[in-house]
Amino acid sequence: MPIVSRGFKGRRRDDAPPERVPPGQYVTDDFPVLSAGPTPRTPLDEWDFTIVGEVDELHRWTWEEFRALSSETITVDISCVTKWTKLDTDWEGVSVDTLLDGVETAAEYAVAFCDGGYTTNLPLADLTGGRAWIAFGYGGEPLEPEHGGPARLLVPHLYFWKSAKWVRGLRLAATDEPGFWESNGYHIYGDPWQEQRYWGD
Amino acid sequence: MRPETDRVKTLVLQAPSWPGHRAGQHVDVRLTADDGYQAQRSYSIASAPNGSTVELTVERIDDGEVSPYLTEEAQPGDRVELRGPVGGYFVWSLEPSGAVLLVGGGSGVVPLMAMIRQRAADGDDVPTRLLYSARSIDDVIYRAELEQLAGRGDGFDVVYTLTREQPSEWTGYSRRVDRELLAAIAPDELALTFVCGPTPFVETVAEALVELGHEPSRIKTERFGPTGG
Repeated sequence: MPIVSRGFKGRRRDDAPPERVPPGQYVTDDFPVLSAGPTPRTPLDEWDFTIVGEVDELHRWTWEEFRALSSETITVDISCVTKWTKLDTDWEGVSVDTLLDGVETAAEYAVAFCDGGYTTNLPLADLTGGRAWIAFGYGGEPLEPEHGGPARLLVPHLYFWKSAKWVRGLRLAATDEPGFWESNGYHIYGDPWQEQRYWGD
Repeated sequence: MRPETDRVKTLVLQAPSWPGHRAGQHVDVRLTADDGYQAQRSYSIASAPNGSTVELTVERIDDGEVSPYLTEEAQPGDRVELRGPVGGYFVWSLEPSGAVLLVGGGSGVVPLMAMIRQRAADGDDVPTRLLYSARSIDDVIYRAELEQLAGRGDGFDVVYTLTREQPSEWTGYSRRVDRELLAAIAPDELALTFVCGPTPFVETVAEALVELGHEPSRIKTERFGPTGG
């Protein structure tokens, strides 16, 4: 039984259908920025995206090559472990399925690695089947550095720390290696619908 | 409950099975209303580790859902649920081998204060400077305690910048933290920097420090609150 806090009334929104708001979250119209360190700024002529690790060969795209791939626009809800949820966010990106097409691997896990040293780990199954993108546009504009530009991983079905900002590639592996936040107290998988925020959840 | 400023209050909580914490960590506070409605928010722990006592310093956000309850409605004896401590990166350690810079904007000073209190309790003498940006002298949280700690001569000091209004004999800084201000007050060799506050503040400070040549991987940031965007 949760402890009732005497006198607490709360503020209930009527525009947030409960089936779209994971447990413990509140809906925000804002787009908060959270990160552990300074914002990296990589010039596009130095940017590349690579798929490495347990693969047949290294796969690499320059920015031009990346932007020449077929991309799509999507509208998704996103949930941050710090409790805010933002509904109907518009993104443009390349499906990770497109990038993995033609990559031969027996790996079951991936680590996304990023400028600035950030990493996050996911099962490969959560990056495929139309559930993940490398996003370069937000709200109809190029993705700003503060929000992860030039490109970030976008995995809306997990807590947003898995949607790694400033992503530069995926390292495929046979085992699940905890990334940055996963090594600092946060859940290894991060399903918002099961409130998998921290170790032990 | 301890008022700090007009908008800010410290709540002293007793958490009987508290496992202890490290300065810089935060807790999730969960409130449940009579009808079962719940809201959760995260707050930085303000106190150094002290048994089962956990202090939170909360700023009242005008259209907030939880902070108005905590700062205006809650009374001694009321109960809330705490989950934590949370966070393994933005934490104080005894490792710093050189000078430490703490940069706080507004209520971003709270986790930094936990670090300052921890440092004092440990008798640590690592050179530590707090750069604290507040709107006015009346908005400075923990002012008396900061003065007292800075007066101990153990290598800790505070530089204030009051951005909106200043007392009549003020000789200190009076503008928003910028690259020039940081160049003037940051030690040349920084072992570690912690920056905390609203996102635009943190973004400006972190970027300026990197431009001044400080190593990005030794700048730890924690961002609070809405971006206004």
